[in-house]
Amino acid sequence: MNTRTPPSLLRSPHEAAALVRPGHTLMVGGFGLVGAPLTMIEALRGQPEARDLTIISNNLGEPGRGLGRLLLDGKVRKAVGSFFTSNPDVVRWHAEGRLEIELLPQGTMAEAIRAGGAGIGGFYVRTGAGTALAEGRETRVIDGLPYLFQRPLRADVALVRAGQADELGNLTYIKTARNFNPDMATAADVVIAEVDEIVPVGALDPERIVTPHLFVDHLVLAEGTR
Amino acid sequence: MSDVQHAIAARVARHLKPGQVVNLGIGIPTLVADHLPDRGSVFFQTENGMLGVGPTPAPEDVNPNLIHAGKLPVSETPGASYFASSASFGMIRGGRVEVAVLGALQIDATGRIANWALPGRPVLGVGGAMDLLVGARTVIVATTHTAKDGAPKIVPECAFPLTADRTVDLVVTEAATFAVEDGGLVLTELAAGTTLDWVRAHTTAPFRIRETVR
Repeated sequence: MNTRTPPSLLRSPHEAAALVRPGHTLMVGGFGLVGAPLTMIEALRGQPEARDLTIISNNLGEPGRGLGRLLLDGKVRKAVGSFFTSNPDVVRWHAEGRLEIELLPQGTMAEAIRAGGAGIGGFYVRTGAGTALAEGRETRVIDGLPYLFQRPLRADVALVRAGQADELGNLTYIKTARNFNPDMATAADVVIAEVDEIVPVGALDPERIVTPHLFVDHLVLAEGTR
Repeated sequence: MSDVQHAIAARVARHLKPGQVVNLGIGIPTLVADHLPDRGSVFFQTENGMLGVGPTPAPEDVNPNLIHAGKLPVSETPGASYFASSASFGMIRGGRVEVAVLGALQIDATGRIANWALPGRPVLGVGGAMDLLVGARTVIVATTHTAKDGAPKIVPECAFPLTADRTVDLVVTEAATFAVEDGGLVLTELAAGTTLDWVRAHTTAPFRIRETVR
């Protein structure tokens, strides 16, 4: 029986945020604020090195909340996502030329993250063919229908929000707070998981583990309630 | 939501069959669930990673981690499941969602729709609209017959950017139902109290008329 105690993955939010460097590309989980790592986002605000960031996330938070705060702090140079119109600050900053935006259909974005984590060099997808989002994109006809080429997405750091972790970094998720988090946990050089609770190894039912520990580098405890 | 919007949703609900997997878009489509004789007879899928979406919970039962694509609280039905975004859109593009009910800004004479962007404005949001349109086996459009300013929405060609090159299957308004057949629109039903003359006056796209419609 292996009785070694695993090296602790637990970091303070401040320690974890210090891993983010100027110009980094970050994946940030969440659909709106649900499943967003709000403690880590708050920790980035106090981190001067976290600047000129490219953020890959479905939305850029809400006005003054979640990633919306990082935007107002002037830390975000570019956003890659599918739906930014729900945050008027994003629309305004883009109009003022202070924020670059790359818009992807939501399913194409999710699959590009999955591909990035799975060693896939891109894929062809029907979504967007024949629309304004096809302009300038490589197109290929497959079985008589046009498909668009999509490159994979990867990041320097992924900030994901999970439910429970064990001390190895295995992760479970809660209801629709899962969303992009399991995909993003596979697609970054450094993965920081913000969790409600860290339990001993063996305490999680293996059938419940969605993200196996080999993807997870650091754990941070969420502050406050969900 | 207005009476007209509920009337549209009720007309769409009649086209759903027990056992189908259905994705409802934001706006009028969301209301369709309220007009099914038995809400539990179909399985609602939401793009943010859930199959088996239940009705809006009572305030004391709201779970902040349980929302639909419109970011409003929902509940869990027996047999519900959760999955990651990539799996959710795999289902959608892979044809496992049998019916998508979507809103539209415009519908053209061949049944293509525009529902994600306005001309001349920066394009900053698309969400899952394009994925649902290319992937769902059947697409039903639920929309008012005209825009707020009275302008026809069913037009020869969309002035607004198209959402996909695929055509939809059914267009349901408060006044009429059109099927998309052989590359064109066919009027299949007039709502009670609507005349063919009214539909003709408020529809600029050409359409054929099913014999069963007076």
